[in-house]
Parts: sequence; structure tokens; C-alpha cells
Amino acid sequence: MKYSIFSLIHQAFRQQQDWKPAWREPEPKREYDIIIIGGGGHGLATAYYLAKEHGLRNIAVVEKGYIGGGSVGRNTTIVRSNYQEPGNIPFYEWSLKLWEGLEQDFNYNAMMSQRGVLNLYHSDSQRDEYARRGNAMMMHGVKADLLDRDGVRALVPFLDFENGRFPIQGGLLQKRGGTARHDAVAWGFARGADSRGVDILQNTEVKQIRVENGRTIGVETNRGFIAAKKIGLAAAGNTTRVAETAGLRLPIESYVLQAFVTEAIKPLIPCVVTFGGGHFYISQSDKGGLVFGASLDGYTSYAARGNLPGVEDTIEEAMAIMPGISRVRLLRHWGGIMDMSMDGSPIIDKTHIDGLYLNCGWCYGGFKATPGSGWCFAHLIATNETHPNAKALRLDRFATGHVIDESGTGAQPNLH
Amino acid sequence: MRIKCPYCGERDSQELSFLGQADLVRPDPDGTDAQQAFHDYVHIRPNPAGVNRELWLHAHGCRSWIIVERNTLTHAISSVEYASPRFREKAQ
Ligand SMILES: Cc1cc2nc3c(=O)[nH]c(=O)nc-3n(C[C@H](O)[C@H](O)[C@H](O)COP(=O)(O)OP(=O)(O)OC[C@H]3O[C@@H](n4cnc5c(N)ncnc54)[C@H](O)[C@@H]3O)c2cc1C
Ligand SMILES: [Zn+2]
Repeated sequence: MKYSIFSLIHQAFRQQQDWKPAWREPEPKREYDIIIIGGGGHGLATAYYLAKEHGLRNIAVVEKGYIGGGSVGRNTTIVRSNYQEPGNIPFYEWSLKLWEGLEQDFNYNAMMSQRGVLNLYHSDSQRDEYARRGNAMMMHGVKADLLDRDGVRALVPFLDFENGRFPIQGGLLQKRGGTARHDAVAWGFARGADSRGVDILQNTEVKQIRVENGRTIGVETNRGFIAAKKIGLAAAGNTTRVAETAGLRLPIESYVLQAFVTEAIKPLIPCVVTFGGGHFYISQSDKGGLVFGASLDGYTSYAARGNLPGVEDTIEEAMAIMPGISRVRLLRHWGGIMDMSMDGSPIIDKTHIDGLYLNCGWCYGGFKATPGSGWCFAHLIATNETHPNAKALRLDRFATGHVIDESGTGAQPNLH
Repeated sequence: MRIKCPYCGERDSQELSFLGQADLVRPDPDGTDAQQAFHDYVHIRPNPAGVNRELWLHAHGCRSWIIVERNTLTHAISSVEYASPRFREKAQ
């Protein structure tokens, strides 16, 4: 069923009783051409583009829980392409271009809102650094605006411009950045893939990737063995756990990141605002809640919940730029598991095992990457060739020294 | 999360800073497989879901390096000891 104004009117006359489920609940087949492990944003987008762009149909997405239950439904929904490293910019810009046409493409309302992403700077040296980043973006054809204090004031007048420790001097604005409704992104890709014949197998956990003579032959699951010659691993925070069943050792550690949402208030924050004195980002959802987050809890974790120091740190950062929201009550907070790579950048690549493809290391930034990642991973799986926009995101860059370290902190994942 | 420093006693984890995996051994730079060994040493981690041994620094306390055995699924801590063998012996 195509969603449109007509389907809405049609349903309105039928008390909304005729809507069909957006995807099927199929029984697993014995064999598929391609299995994607992980029904998060990346896995579902990969299946969608494999079906839509490459005409492949015999595909399963194998998800241990329910789709959207992982980080794709837990993130703070920020979408942008204001990167600095040459290996990253073309990829994230391609992803942003896909976002711009995504809702028409998969016929689903993902509430993509290009409200702008504003990175505040608080010192002369930080201004210079942001100018450099803006220039790097523009050299790749991505527009960036460096605002002075008055420019920021015009956009977000309620900030604490005179903060004693972190006075706001200005900001770098990417107008095309913004937010999207995260779980709708998972559902849109799921529906688009399902309608093209992809089987989405929920409550199906991969226990082992089976390899014979250096080739993948399928996956062992709680619902039995499912054969496939090609396997794409997109299990985000659980990547190393699944990969080690095939004997892979990866440059990845898992950490927990928390997110927060407050009670709804009247429209206040028109764009995404990030604090340059630490690591804090905030936006306002269409329902009115303030959605924000900060850094990782600093130690490895598979518990999808954080600890109180992380909460305190986040709130302190909020108060440094927006003391005006101090009386707003928190409604909920939660955690998600991040696959932190050793240089803070992702990996889309083949492995030394024939037929096993890797999509991981998305750190805090994988939501914005969802369509671009799915597109490039589908390209890799279908053609066995790396997509030009992902050519720097290789697994062997750690051995060859071509790491992509945006923050310049070295092989210390909790600092990226 | 509280961590029981062998010198200072039980402290809030905020007093400590996390370095990462314990027991990594710096490879021999003159070894024949030095290139690969250093790649693994710098970049490859076991990342277990369960009990792991990790290095923490009691930065806002006695400044000892300690090895904490912690479950990454539950954050429960099963043991803490000095990282330095010399200190470990002394403590016994
Ligand atoms: C609090 C928080 C805030 C964030 N904020 C942002 C942001 O503002 N902007 C941004 O760009 N990014 C953000 N991110 C990062 C982004 O959400 C992730 O990088 C991205 O969602 C990861 O890709 P995914 O959607 O495929 O992951 P997931 O949705 O986690 O998908 C992986 C799936 O694999 C499944 N799986 C795992 N093991 C198995 C197995 N053995 N068998 C079968 N299935 C398995 C899991 O159940 C899961 O559903 C944030 C993340 C968090 C947690
Ligand atoms: Zn101490």
C-alpha cells in the first residue's frame, strides 16, 4: 500500500481500520542469497538498497530483538555532514544527500527536518579550528557558515553568552543539517525492504557465523541454521561478539552512551545546538521535549544503561550554555551501546573470510550515516567493489597507518 | 559505580580514570613479526561481554594504577589490585 494523502482520506472514512501491517513476519527460509545480521538502521538500509538499487530479492535481515530496538531507536537523531577529514566528508555528505530525498524514496514520513546544526565556539583558537573545519567542508562542496556572536544571538538569543568560563563567541552553522524521527527511519527502511521481498526475521539471534574453507556458509541461530553465501554484519554495539564467532578480531570496543528527554515545552530551540566547551548537543523534538546527550560513560560496557556521573556531567554542560532550562523536568533517559573504533571513524569493508562483509565502528555518529552506510554496504555486497564514497573506510587502515582520526586523540576509543 | 582502591578504600568511580584493557604486553620491536604485533597491541582488543580486566588510575586520590576486574554486562566489580607487581607483593 502506497502512503499518500489519498490513503489517509480513504482510511479516515473507514475508521482507520484498513491499514495493513507495514511488514510481514515470515518464517525463515532454509537458504538466502544474502543475510544481513542486525535489524538496526544500517542493516535495514542495506537490505533496502540491495533490493531497490541492485535488484536482489532473496535477502533476510536477522535481528535478535525487534527492529528499532537498538541504537537506531535510541539516538539523539542528529543528522549532519560537517566533518573535517578527507576520508569522511564525501561519505557523510553523500549520506546527507540521500537523507534529503529519503522520504519520497521510501514513501514514509521520517520527519526529516533540516533545521540547522550550530556548533558553538568559546575561544579564539576554537574559532580558528571551526573556520578550518568549515573550509575543509567547502573544499568538498559542503556549505558552512561561520557566525560571530551577533549571528548566534539572532538565532538562539536565550544562551548564556557571558558565561564566565565558556563565553560564547560565535558558531559554525551547517544549515542543511538537522534531525529526523529515528524509529520512523528504521520502519521506513523495513517497509521498503519488505515490500521488495526481503524477509525481516525478528527475535532471531545469530549465535555463530559458520565458515568452511575460508568461506561463509550461513548462520547458526536460535531458530536453526540458515544458509547464505554472503553475510553482511551490521550489529553495531555487538559487532565484536558476533565477529568473534567467525574468528575475527577487530579494532573496536563497546561503550555506553546516554540520551535524555525532558517534558514538552513551547518551541524554544530552533536548531541543533552543540556546546564547544565539552561535548553536549541539544535539540527540541516536534512534540516539544528537549532531546540531548553528551559524552560516553568513560568505560567499556554492554549494559544499555548508564551511570549517574554521566547524567551529572551532561546536566552541567547544559547549564553552562542554557541555564534557562534548569527547571525543566527530565522525563526519561536511557543508554545505547556504541561500537567505538580505535580512530573514531567507521569501517565498511570485506574481511579475510570470503563472503563476510563488515559494517561497524559507527561510534556516536552512525544515525546520520544510515542511508549512506546502507547504500555503500549494499554496493560492496552486491558488486564486491568498494563504493567510491567509502573508499577510505577500510579495515586495514589501522595496519597501514591511514587512520581517520577526526578528534586527534589516538587509539583511545573512550576519548573519541 | 564504586571502586575499592587498595590504598584508599571504596571511592566513587568519578575519582578514577579509565585507561582500558589490562595485561597488554608491549611487543619486541626487533621481533620478526613486529609490524603485525604492534598493530594488534595498539588497535585490537578482546572487548568481552562479561568479566574483563582493565586499568584504572586513581587520579583524584592516591594516583595508583590499579587493575579492576569488572563485568561489562552488569558493571559489577569482582576484584581490584595494584597494577604494579611490587605494590601487590607489599600489600599482601
Ligand atoms: C544515546 C545515543 C545517541 C546517539 N546520537 C546520535 C546522533 O545524534 N547522531 C548520529 O548520527 N548518531 C547518533 N548515535 C549513534 C547511532 O545511533 C548508531 O551509530 C547507529 O544507530 C548504529 O547503527 P544501527 O542503527 O544499525 O545500530 P542498532 O540499531 O544498534 O542495530 C544493530 C542491531 O543488531 C542487532 N544484533 C546484535 N547482535 C545480534 C545477533 N547476534 N544476532 C542478530 N541481531 C543482532 C541488535 O539487536 C540491533 O538491533 C547515538 C547513539 C546513542 C546510543
Ligand atoms: Zn587510591
